[in-house]
Order: sequence, then C-alpha cells, then structure tokens
Amino acid sequence: MGFYCLLLRLYPTSFRNEYGSELMVTHEQLVRDRGRFMAALAALTDVVPNALLAHGRILRQDLRYAFRTIARAPGFAATVIIVTALGVGANTATFSVADFVLLRPLRYADPGRLVRLCEGPKEGGGWGCMNELSPANYRDVAGGTRTSFESWGAFTGTSVNLVGRGEPVRVGGTLVTPQVLPTLGVAPLLGRTFDSTGGRDANTAVLAYGFWQRHFGGDPGVLGSTIRLDGSPVVVIGVMPQGFEFPEPNAQMWLPLRLDETAFENRNNTYLHGIGRLKAGVTFEQGRADIDRVFSALSREYPASNAETGYSYFRLRDQVLPKFRVMLLALCGASLSLLLLTSANLANLLLARAAGREKELAVRTALGAGRERLVRQLLTESVLLAGLGGLAGVLVATIAMPLFSHLIPAGSLVSARPSLDVRVMVIAGALTALTGIAIGLLPAIRASRAGFGVLREGGRGGGRRQRLRSALVTGEVAISVALLISSGFLIRAIVRVQSVDPGFAAEDVLTLRTQLPSPRYDDSVRREQYYRGVLADVQALPGVSAAAFTSGLPMVLTGGITGVEVPGAEVKSSRTDGVSWRVITPQFFKVLGVEVRLGRQLEDGDAIGRPMVAIVSESFVQRYWPGRNPLGLTFTVRGAARTVVGVVRDIKVRGLERSMEPQIYLPAYQMLTGIPGLYQPKDLVIKAVAGEALLPSVRAVIRRADAEQPISDVRMMRAVVQRETEGRRAQVAILVALAVIALVLTAIGIQGLLAFLVTQRSQEIGVRLALGADPARVAGMIVAEAGRWTAIGGVLGVGIAYVAAKSMQALLFGLEPSDPLTFAAGLSVVVLVTLAGAVAPAWRAVRISPLVALRSD
Amino acid sequence: MTNYHADAQALLPLPSVTFHVLIAVSPEPCHGYAIIQNIESRTGGTLRLGAGTLYRSIARMVEQGLLAETSKRPAQGDDERRRYYRITPFGTAVARAEMRRLTNLVQLARASGLTPESA
Repeated sequence: MGFYCLLLRLYPTSFRNEYGSELMVTHEQLVRDRGRFMAALAALTDVVPNALLAHGRILRQDLRYAFRTIARAPGFAATVIIVTALGVGANTATFSVADFVLLRPLRYADPGRLVRLCEGPKEGGGWGCMNELSPANYRDVAGGTRTSFESWGAFTGTSVNLVGRGEPVRVGGTLVTPQVLPTLGVAPLLGRTFDSTGGRDANTAVLAYGFWQRHFGGDPGVLGSTIRLDGSPVVVIGVMPQGFEFPEPNAQMWLPLRLDETAFENRNNTYLHGIGRLKAGVTFEQGRADIDRVFSALSREYPASNAETGYSYFRLRDQVLPKFRVMLLALCGASLSLLLLTSANLANLLLARAAGREKELAVRTALGAGRERLVRQLLTESVLLAGLGGLAGVLVATIAMPLFSHLIPAGSLVSARPSLDVRVMVIAGALTALTGIAIGLLPAIRASRAGFGVLREGGRGGGRRQRLRSALVTGEVAISVALLISSGFLIRAIVRVQSVDPGFAAEDVLTLRTQLPSPRYDDSVRREQYYRGVLADVQALPGVSAAAFTSGLPMVLTGGITGVEVPGAEVKSSRTDGVSWRVITPQFFKVLGVEVRLGRQLEDGDAIGRPMVAIVSESFVQRYWPGRNPLGLTFTVRGAARTVVGVVRDIKVRGLERSMEPQIYLPAYQMLTGIPGLYQPKDLVIKAVAGEALLPSVRAVIRRADAEQPISDVRMMRAVVQRETEGRRAQVAILVALAVIALVLTAIGIQGLLAFLVTQRSQEIGVRLALGADPARVAGMIVAEAGRWTAIGGVLGVGIAYVAAKSMQALLFGLEPSDPLTFAAGLSVVVLVTLAGAVAPAWRAVRISPLVALRSD
Repeated sequence: MTNYHADAQALLPLPSVTFHVLIAVSPEPCHGYAIIQNIESRTGGTLRLGAGTLYRSIARMVEQGLLAETSKRPAQGDDERRRYYRITPFGTAVARAEMRRLTNLVQLARASGLTPESA
C-alpha cells in the first residue's frame, strides 16, 4: 500500500485530493482480486502515464487562463516582458564580454601556470609591460629562478616582407627563443617547433594556422618548402594548430630568436618579453619571491644599468590592461545594479497587480479552489511572462553584443569576438524568473490564508506590503542615481581626454608603412635613394602640401626610449632619464603641424658629412637646460655628439592618457646605418586634403621606387587619435544606456506605485475633495509621496555613486570622485524624472469625482 | 434546452472509454471499481481499465456534465471512502447521440456490402 501511496504523489495535488482515497479503495480491491504483485504491476503502468496526462491537462487550462489574463491587461504584460528583457539582455551581454576577457582560460596547456615578465620602474608599476627586458637580465632571471620555474622563454615582435607569393605583403611575426613554444605547451599541427639544442634552425619559420591557410591553401606539403622573407630564403619547419595565438591574436609566424654573446653586452638595450611556466605546485607569489631575489642581486651587481630597474610580473591571462579590467568590472557592477533594479521593478509591478487580483482570488477560494490550484495557476502565469521576457531578453542581448565587443582591448589574447554566453543568459533569466515567481505567488498564498477577510475588507492591501513597495521604489531611485552619476563621471572623463592637446594636428594626414627589408636595404646609399625618391615624388602629387618619413607615429610607436648624456647633467639612470627618440626626414613637423618654438626645422642638407644635429622638445630643455637658450648646445645620444638646432612643442607620443618622456628628433640622412629595424624610418606621413583618395597615386610612386616593396598599415592620423578613446566611448555608450534604462524603469516604478496609491485612497481623496479640500493640496500630497522616496533613494544613491567613483578612479582621468558638479547633474536628472512620474497620478487624484469614488465599493 | 442537442453533438465522437463508462452507469449508480469490473465482464475481458485512466475519465465527464456524484448508496457492506456516480440526463442524451452515430455508421457499412464476416 505504501508503494501505491507513493505512486499517487505523481498526480497533481488537486486530482489526488479529489480521487486519492477512491483510487486507494480501488487498488485495495485489485490486490484482493489479483494478488499483490499483479496489482503493483498494473498500478505502475496505470499511474505514470495518467499522472502525466493529468498534469498536461491542468497546464493547458492554466496556459489558456494565463493568456486570457494577459490579453485582458496587455499593458501590464508588455511592461513585465520589457522590464525582464532589458534586465536579462543587458546582463547577458555585459557578463558574456566580461567572462570572455577576464575569466575564460587561455588556450594553452595548464594556462594558470604561465606568467609574463617585463622590466619596469623600481617602485612597482606592477601591471602590464612597462619596459622590455634586456637579454642579459632575461638570461640571469631564467638562470636564477629554476627552483620555481619549469622553463623560460623570450620573445620580441618583428615584421618581415613576404615576397614572391602574390602581392608583396608585410607580415607580423614574433621572434621567439626555442623554449617559448614548448613553454606554452601546445604541440604543432604539422612538423616541429624550434630545436633548443643546436643552432640548426637559422632561417626557419613556424607558421600560424591562418597564415598557412591563406598563403598555402592548407597544403601539408608546405613543410620543407622555402619562402622569401625580407629577401632571404626561409624554410618552413612547422605549422601551429588552429586557435593558437601568441603573443597577439594576429601573429602570423614565429621565427627563431638567437641571442649571441654580443646581445648580452648591454643591459640597457631592452627588447625582450619573458614568458615562464611555474613548476607544478609552486604558487604565483613563490615565483615572485624568486624573481625579486634575482632582481635585487642584479641591481647590486650592475648599479649603472640596474639600480633603478624593477620588474613587472603578471599572469599571462592578466595581459589585459588594468584600465580595461576596471572598465569591465564597472560595467558588470552597473549591469548587476540593473538586474537588481529589474527585479525590484518586477516585484513592484506584480505586487501592484496582486492587490488588484486579491478579490478575484478570494472569490475563487471561496468557491472551493484549493490553494495548490491557485498557486499553480499563478505560477504558470509568472513563468509564462518570465519566459516571454527571457526570449525578448535574448533579442536585446543579440542586438547589444556588437556594441559590447568594442570593449575588448586590441592586442589582448582573447581570440575572435565573444558570443552570447548561454550560461550567463540562463543565470540572469533564472534570477529574474525567480523574482517573478516568488512575488507572483504572494497573492495566492495571501488569498488562501486571508480567505473571506479580503472580501469583507473590500480588497484593500495591507500596510506591510505597501511599505515593501515603497522600499522597493526607494531602492530603484538609489540605483538610478548611482548609475546616472557614474555615467556622468565617465562622460566628463571622456570629454577631458578628448580635449587633451596631442601636440600635433591630426587632420588630413594620411599615413602608411613601407618597411625596407634587410639585407637588401642595408646599403645606406640605397636607403637614402629610396627615401629621397619617394618623398620627392609624393610631394609633387597634386594636393600634397608636405610629406615625410618617421621611425614611428605618435601613439602607434609608444616606446622608442633611449638614454642621453648631457654635459653637466648628472646621469642618474639611463632608464628613468630616458627620452623618446624619432628618426625623421625634413617636413615631419610641417606634416603634423608641430610648432617650432626656437631655431629651425631639419633640412635636406642635414646629411652625412655635415654637422651632426638634433631637434629637441620643450620638456627636454626644461629637464636639462632650464632657463638657458639650448640652441648650439650639445648632448650625446647613441654614441654621437649632436648640436641642438631647434626646439619644438611636446607631442603626446604615448597616447592621450599617458605621461610622456621628452622627445628628440634626429635627421634620417645622418642615421642611415647601424640602427635596429624598429627605429628605421618606415612610416610615411602625408599632409593632403584628399586624404585616402590619394592612396592609388602613392602606391604608384612606391611601386616605381621598388616593385617588391609592400605597403601596410594605411590609416588616417585622425583615426589613430580617435582609437585612443574608442574603448572609453563604447563604455560610456553602454553605461549611459544602462542608466537610461534604469531611469525609465524607476519612472515606471514610481508612476505605478503612485497610481496604485491613488486608486487605493480614492475614497478618502474623494471625500476630502467633496468637503472642499484644495485640489492643489491633494496633488501636492501625491507628489510629496514621490518626493519622499526620491529624497531617501537619492541620499543612498549618492553614497553608492561615491563608492563607485572611488573604485573606478583610474578611469576618471584626474577627475575627483567627489566632483560636486557631476553629483548635482545626476541627482537633478533623477529628481526631474521621478517628479515627472508623479504628474499623471497626481492629475488623476485631483480629477477623482467624489460621487464615483464613494459609489465604487 | 435547444442547446442540449448541439452540446451533445459537440462531444461526438465519444472516446471509447467514455462511452463504456456511460453504458456501465446507465442502469444504476456505480462506484469506480464496479465500473471497471462491469466493463471488463461486458467486453469479455478485452477492455480492462486502469484506475488512473478511469478516474481521469470520470473527472472529465463530471466536468462535462455527463456524470454526477450521487449520495445514494447501497444499504450495507459499503466502504464509506467510495463515491458513486450516476448518469445525468445530459449524459443519457450524449450516449443516445453516440449510439445513433454508430448505428448510422454500421448501416452505411452494411449498405455497401461490408459484413463483419467478410473482413
């Protein structure tokens, strides 16, 4: 019998209550007639399908009823669905991107043990790669930390011209020591990686999957074939698998990096990035202690180069800059607030309706509907609404995703674009649904408890619930205020960043890169011929007012730091006293509109065989010769003494939001040999109104000069500057969208609650008006109610906003987190909107006809 | 009662279980297990209803107004947990309508020369 009792539980409660005891009697009879075993068998095959069918029947009924209810109050249903959709959609999009950038494991073997090492300032700096490592420092760290690290590798970026396979192209590659690829722990798809034992890998290359597909059509026969890079033959020895990306998503091939004895001579020549793998069981901090020990020893042993040298050590996955982390976390916080607000709003909407439905439910209870049946029906309704809202939320998230993708910093190791994260969507949906369900059930529970009391009261809700609703609305106001003020801060920050003077004019400047390959252009005569020939032809093009070559565009080449010796100035450290140097041809300042403050520009005549000259920036003069006329003074850079012939304005070489070193400019025609590829003039800058329309003629000029010379990185200087604020603009757009949604939701919440209060008190208001109360005072009473919520919520919101602003101070670009203007602006918008939400209910209150109000019950 | 006929027609054709239950309770009110036994013996054991199937049908038939619970019970030997169902006038009307439908159908089949034996 116990077994059958258990089986009966499968039926819907209402069915069991109705027929349970009879089913028992029938079963007992069956046991008597057929025996225990046969009866049990019959019961099993009978109960299971019938229970399912009974549930299905009730579900159909409830759904029909729910759809009818929705159709009766479509405005309510639409509001619930929109509110849910916004909450679920915005959260899904934000957290999908955050998860993608911050949490998803990288596609290397055991990525948690991979770390990056760079040099940095002595006093921390900590995050991101401030400075590269010198080979000698790298060697000493790798050798001295074997207790904690399994292996170390070093790499540096490079680019080469690939010729002979279609159009000549510029290919981004990475020079890696043989240990780098094994350290990452990813086996090649084809062939092998570099051999760490001998030097047999000179002139070999390992290709990235995408490069192999694009240029070799995925032909496995590529192994052993020869390609021409910068004019030299290179043998392909391996292909990495699809999805393998290092150190950046666009790396196309890896070339062997050989560090010979000469590389270790100068500890100031820094160009390496370190990648290490911690031994299993060794913590990140233990690794740091080991590195710390080595660096301390180095600074004692080599004070000239290492006294002021620190390091930055971080997990490979933290390669994302801290600014982006803060940005993403700020958005996560904002979305979470919005989710809370969504839930509060949903709760409020449903509570309001619960009050309206209490009478209906009480009548149904009085007519014999069981609590279970009512609960079940309301549950179906809530789940249906939540489901529809969730579906609409998917739509919102899909639309929002492209915008969110702009947040992903270029160069971070996250591959491809993020897609909607189903897990996140389920969690956000579940949260919203739970709120809906929990609140949706309240009226059913109350109705079945209160019974006839509700009918007698005339269907007025209790004071406790009204307090709950007021608290919810107050919370909504607080969240809106906080979001709005936070958005305000970021908007003001972006305005500040954009108004930073970069020191040059980016308008109408076309830039493109023609990197001259070695060894073909090792000959200085050929280089000079190329530069002079191309520049003369480009300058002759119609509409071109100036053109020049430079070793690096501002904000693109952010590094390029060297030490200088200035007579009379004490050298503290070549690192901390570094200056940013550029090798340029004449007209560079003219193209970028950089003001010459003293002396002259460079001229065609500043060539080999003439006096060695340099142009310096104002901050250089400030640092070394404050108060003196620098023209004619000399300093030594890269082994040559140079005379200052001009002073120019400073340029924000590292970007709008970063501080910069003083700058020096050296004439290209005096620097034709003996400088590394990174510092060779390669970026052509052209001032022309025609902009990109000029490109075909420029291409023709370069093809005439050298048919094998590829052109890459074509862009307008304006775009380079704009890219500086791209991430910020996306963030502000999203935050403002979230804030506006929050504001709308809050207005809906306030309006809904006030309307409800007016309905509830219509009798009282009607009597007051009938007794001659001033309508203005009645309206004032309603507005005052909204004012109270706004005041309390506003104070709370200001507090939250202050905490939020403090935690994202890194993004505020110098704006104080207590900036009163931002607070005042955010607060006043919320006050205006909430008061606007009070207007309609107040108007309704004033228009209540005493007669109608008194008769309504 | 003009709608009576139309309402009855709307329920046709009856599910076979429903028709069997109507037949079983038409002479006198029955409790559930008696209905099961009645149907089983009347069909020579070919239709043996499970309790769940029966009570789901009963629930629906009560809702449709074909059956009604009755307080009339046999004098003795009765388990008081049992409930008795009687056929309603509407139930009778629906059963008759179904009979007419089936009879017509059988006549149609006969007229076209189809006999059970030749099948």
